[in-house]
Amino acid sequence: MTPRQKRLTWILVGVGLVAAAVGLVLFALKNNVSLYFTPTQVYNKEAPQARNFRIGGMVEEGSVQRQKDGLTVHFKITDTTNAMEVVYKGILPDLFKEGKGVVAQGKLNADNVFEAEEVLAKHDENYMPPEAMDAINKAKQAEAKAAATK
Amino acid sequence: MAINWFKYSAPSTFYGLAGKLIPWFSWPAAALFAVGLYIGFFVAPTDAIQSEAYRIIFIHVPASILSMFLYLIMAGYAALGLIFKTRLSAMMASALAPTGALFAFISLWTGALWGKPMWGAWWVWDARLTSELILLFLYLGFIALQASIEDPRRADKASALLAIVGSVNVPIIYYSVQWWNTLHQGATIKMTGTSMHVAMQQSMFTVLVACWLYAIAVGLSRVRSIILEREANTQWVKELKEVRE
Repeated sequence: MTPRQKRLTWILVGVGLVAAAVGLVLFALKNNVSLYFTPTQVYNKEAPQARNFRIGGMVEEGSVQRQKDGLTVHFKITDTTNAMEVVYKGILPDLFKEGKGVVAQGKLNADNVFEAEEVLAKHDENYMPPEAMDAINKAKQAEAKAAATK
Repeated sequence: MAINWFKYSAPSTFYGLAGKLIPWFSWPAAALFAVGLYIGFFVAPTDAIQSEAYRIIFIHVPASILSMFLYLIMAGYAALGLIFKTRLSAMMASALAPTGALFAFISLWTGALWGKPMWGAWWVWDARLTSELILLFLYLGFIALQASIEDPRRADKASALLAIVGSVNVPIIYYSVQWWNTLHQGATIKMTGTSMHVAMQQSMFTVLVACWLYAIAVGLSRVRSIILEREANTQWVKELKEVRE
């Protein structure tokens, strides 16, 4: 091997080893690197019990209930398999909506209700004008109707 | 006719070539920035969910893409410098670092400005945001390491190693939204297509090309300064018109 090839090999081997090491570390820390747990993970007791963690998913359709004080909100976070009851007192972000993504930080209380201290809205990767959104919604409704009449 | 690439790997010949190339990148960059931002602010429609606030995407996404690509290019030059011992490669790597750091900073900054109204938080420690922050620190570390070692050859070697090792971070940034649960959205532009309105895409890609041209123009002009600084004692620099004056 010429000195050049030797140096190239060293660099490639080095980068390969570093990548493998970082990969193993990140794999081992998978749960710590993820920002939130899904409701299913919480049901399977993969989430920490006594301390704060984040839970994420969709706000379940029709689950949002506001109390009379105007600040306390009850809703359910779902990953379509399981749903988690959440209670939050505070101002919700503008994008908080039923059927949209949400991440809440807090703790499970004794009744297995998630007491959130912070609620963040998660938006998806789709960008379109309102008219296009309306068209999609109408098409979906028509489809649902067709399915219902069948 | 084969071009003799090695001719231009000599700092003395590349200096002149770079000077001639700069205007071919800087002027189109300025024009495309103007066109891209015009489309972004006046032609692209309002977003159905995020209304007007989403328009920061036209800066945020190109800056983020550039911050990652420039790092890989910088690490590539650093590796070339280590392997072939070409002086110019190491100079190119140092010339690109500040621009990469700038784009990484813009990406984080516009992201924070966007995150507050949409998510409800300036910052969260999710995988995408954290790995991009590490990218900024890698750029700053590269620049600091280079500056802290007196002998340029040793400085090049040390910083090249940092750049090469750090390149492991770039795929982590890119795939972070797939590998882990993040607050950051997934990819809008995918290999299989895109979930974005056409005018929005036009604006984003125009600004992206403008950012590329800007990065090349600034990189070339910075490498010219580095060449002059490092070759200050050579005959060809002393004979340059701009140096003699």
